[in-house]
Amino acid sequence: MQNEFLFVGVLLLVALLLPAGGLGLAWLLRPHKPNALKKTAYECGIETIGETWVQFKVSYYIYALIFVVFDVEAVFLFPWAVAYNQLPLYALLEVSIFIAILVFALAYAWRKGALKWI
Amino acid sequence: MEALIHWLADLLAKWSWWPFAPAPSATVVVWLVYAAITAFVIAPLAMIVLTWLERKILARIQDRIGPNRAGPFGVFQALADAIKMLTKEDITPSGVDRIAYNIAPAMAAVAAIAVFAVLPVAPGIIGTDLNIGVFYIVAIGAYGILAVLMAGWSSNNKYALLGAFRAVAQLVSYEVPMVLALITVTLVAGSMSTADIVAGQGSGWYFIAIPLTFFIFFVSNMAEVNRSPFDLLEAESELVAGFHVEYSAFKYALIMIGEYVHMLAAASFSAVFFLGGWRGPFIDWAVQTSPLLAVVMGHVYFLIKVGFMIFVLIWIRGTLPRFRIDHLLDFSWKFLTPLALLNLLVVAFVLKLFQPGTSAGIDIPAGPLSGLYLGGWGQTLGLLLGSILVVLVASAVVKAFAHRSKDAGLRAIAAAE
Repeated sequence: MQNEFLFVGVLLLVALLLPAGGLGLAWLLRPHKPNALKKTAYECGIETIGETWVQFKVSYYIYALIFVVFDVEAVFLFPWAVAYNQLPLYALLEVSIFIAILVFALAYAWRKGALKWI
Repeated sequence: MEALIHWLADLLAKWSWWPFAPAPSATVVVWLVYAAITAFVIAPLAMIVLTWLERKILARIQDRIGPNRAGPFGVFQALADAIKMLTKEDITPSGVDRIAYNIAPAMAAVAAIAVFAVLPVAPGIIGTDLNIGVFYIVAIGAYGILAVLMAGWSSNNKYALLGAFRAVAQLVSYEVPMVLALITVTLVAGSMSTADIVAGQGSGWYFIAIPLTFFIFFVSNMAEVNRSPFDLLEAESELVAGFHVEYSAFKYALIMIGEYVHMLAAASFSAVFFLGGWRGPFIDWAVQTSPLLAVVMGHVYFLIKVGFMIFVLIWIRGTLPRFRIDHLLDFSWKFLTPLALLNLLVVAFVLKLFQPGTSAGIDIPAGPLSGLYLGGWGQTLGLLLGSILVVLVASAVVKAFAHRSKDAGLRAIAAAE
């Protein structure tokens, strides 16, 4: 069917009404008395020191990079998995080689200490 | 859904005062009602029922009574909380990134609800049977991660930012074994459609055939929905509340709705992929004799399975302590991911052993054990044996590693003395 995805759109639009309606209702019901003290960041009751948006640890970035490798792999493996029962034996061999390369990459990252949390 | 649309279209055709063409308008009405039930009944109900259940069960596990003042057994406690969240002042701290800060809660809720579009609840009852259903679940699930990130980053609070950082590392790491487990399910079912996956479990639920995949999926899913012992991004004793520390009133409620609906979705899809979805005793007979009876039975079976999965999730939260972040990441990258890859290859190998000669009208060489296919049961047994083999190999490898690190530790102590 060409309109299979149409329902997803309908559901998304209807689901958007939940936050919209809820926030609207809350806006009608709630008090609104902001003051400077109330609006400070929640941090143990003392003034926050320095910028919040600091430079972050590079390890997070490395994990994200390795993730991208495996996520792209998944994109390749899904079609293979769907068509697998209509493919001869070489499909298994090909994917074994494909996964072996990725396992090698993971082992390399592991060996280089990319998976180590410092 | 199709049957319902046809029935409504026939009914509308009889009504002379109905101004629209019957078939398309029936589709629109059924879709709107289904979507409205999902968004306005299931989602708030999930939050109200699940928070109450969680408090009650956790209290029992910890030898307390739990909420018992509002209504019988405290059932109105969650309702009272919902009303309170509606009437509280919504504080927006100074210095937040307003656009991301306001979009994030809505995104968390909508992303969690959208997953239900491909949930097969009973025979014929499914929002839309996408032929890439499994892929859709993964894709929409990623928006939940994005919402967590946006909330943490935009809050202008160091606790929230730390929570968001941990979220990136954790959710991204556990996405990999989860997707690999889903590929294994797709492989066995031969389809990415969730309805086909349930239909394919007629000869043995996948929980029996590929229990190891179920374990990998369940553990990584627990991490994906930020449940204890993987609740590092919230970690109330370390980061006060993590990414949503600056949210109050209904925005906080939306984040909680997102979280609990996500938990419900995780339990539901565990049931769909591994516990046979709506399958149960006599369901095949009911599908043939009376579709209505089949729908009712399907709902009952499905709810029993989902309830059980939710109970297990809460039980684990009440039992296990929280991981440390390096242990958490190591567990995903150094154990679950290699295990999932090995499991995938073993499952693929076993499937080729039992390959029947023709599949979907295409002639291919039959596997050496195709005579033992036995209407799927032989294959189920073969897959189970494969799973056991992988578990044995994995435990041997882990044991060897553990011995090595223990010996190294002992040597280090001896050298120090």
